[in-house]
Amino acid sequence: MKTYKFKFLLIAICASLFVVGCSDDDDNVIEQVSCSDGIQNGDEEGVDCGGTACGPCISAFSGTFVQEDAMGRPGINTVFSSSDNIKNNFNTTIVSGRSGFTAGFEAQLEGYHDVYGTALGVDIDYEANILGLDAPTFAFVLSQTDALQVAPNGTTTYFDGTNALTGRTLSDDVIDISLTLMFGGTDGMRFDGNNGTPQLTSDGVGPGDRNFSLPFPYLETPNQ
Amino acid sequence: MKKTKLLAAIGGLGLAVLAVFLIAADHIDAPAVAGTTSDIADLYAFEGDNPNNTVLIATLQGPLEPGNVTNNAQFDEDVLVEFNIDRTGDFVEDLVIQAIKRGDSMYFFGPVGPTQTGLSSIVETSVAPVAVKISTSADVQTATSNGMTFFAGPRRDAFFFDFNRFNMVASGSVAPEGFLPPGQADDFFDNLNVLAIVVEVPNSLLGTAPTHVAVAAGLFPPGALPNAYNVWVSTKRKQ
Repeated sequence: MKTYKFKFLLIAICASLFVVGCSDDDDNVIEQVSCSDGIQNGDEEGVDCGGTACGPCISAFSGTFVQEDAMGRPGINTVFSSSDNIKNNFNTTIVSGRSGFTAGFEAQLEGYHDVYGTALGVDIDYEANILGLDAPTFAFVLSQTDALQVAPNGTTTYFDGTNALTGRTLSDDVIDISLTLMFGGTDGMRFDGNNGTPQLTSDGVGPGDRNFSLPFPYLETPNQ
Repeated sequence: MKKTKLLAAIGGLGLAVLAVFLIAADHIDAPAVAGTTSDIADLYAFEGDNPNNTVLIATLQGPLEPGNVTNNAQFDEDVLVEFNIDRTGDFVEDLVIQAIKRGDSMYFFGPVGPTQTGLSSIVETSVAPVAVKISTSADVQTATSNGMTFFAGPRRDAFFFDFNRFNMVASGSVAPEGFLPPGQADDFFDNLNVLAIVVEVPNSLLGTAPTHVAVAAGLFPPGALPNAYNVWVSTKRKQ
């Protein structure tokens, strides 16, 4: 009974609106669907969102996302994780929870020296590098502080001979820096190809014709 | 004992242990992500042209051959790319800047304190996103909002490395010479591309940086290194 009355009322209201119609001075008519008219219209999936014309609705960003890859400093996982399984685990372990990787990283660091020593027929062990880090400390830094340290003030560089660990620029030769830290010993020149030593502290490659002086977005157009 | 074991292993593997020594910065670094849309190639962080800003660059899906491979490469709508910023020194993210593709645009959220830290994330929709149309090789699109500037699209790989010679060095086949001198060495990445996400953010939006971790850990004396955030990038896939 109540519902019937309500329906009747609604029909009456609608009918009266129909009779009144739209006069010429009615300026509230929405003549064109827009993404800022405050109502859901056109093919919008919500109020002023979704569909072909508007930006996505908040609901389009729902869900839980789970980590597959992570990177701080260049090359860490590839160089110091000794198996596919460890590489996968390193990528899916939080940065603050990687103490379990330190011993393996140190073994890998020593292992590289042993392998090259074998090729040369001599015993070679890692020596503290130009930053003064011995093997256990170096392994700790590599495994448990694997982020780029980024200084908001001052020179940005991965390592430039004077400044260290204040970021990573596009032009930083991170391979040579990494090789030097691994194989350069205390003076950075331990295995630099001179005096009959193998060249292990530089891959001989620089940035070539890359232009690192471009404005935002700083990177060059793709190779064609 | 350790060395004996290693040498025995090396003998058995024929130096294969070194074959995966150092493929690249992070390009194709682990089998679970190599060749997928979540594979991170590189992370850069440096002072912007405006010295009050920090530039964060993540490159993905590298290396991409020029031409069709690059032109057809797509960001994945199921992959959330997060710049993580630790500003207390505990290597737990205090701020995140998130990027995720919807339609023809990349949507950026933050910097914002994450609802949850660690391996799982949600998109932080409590803050309004900024959209930038994804660029193509010929059409560079940027967006600016709140002092921040955004870009997403293919770019030349900035990473340089004699990858092929490295494999020979690693296998021992060029011992004892090692790497080649400049002029003879060859940059494997010279003619390759990546998908890049670039954010330039005013330092004022990142807050105060903590004592540099190398100072905090006692590896360098106080004052030897400037205060520094700890920054890493992660990719997370929708479940």
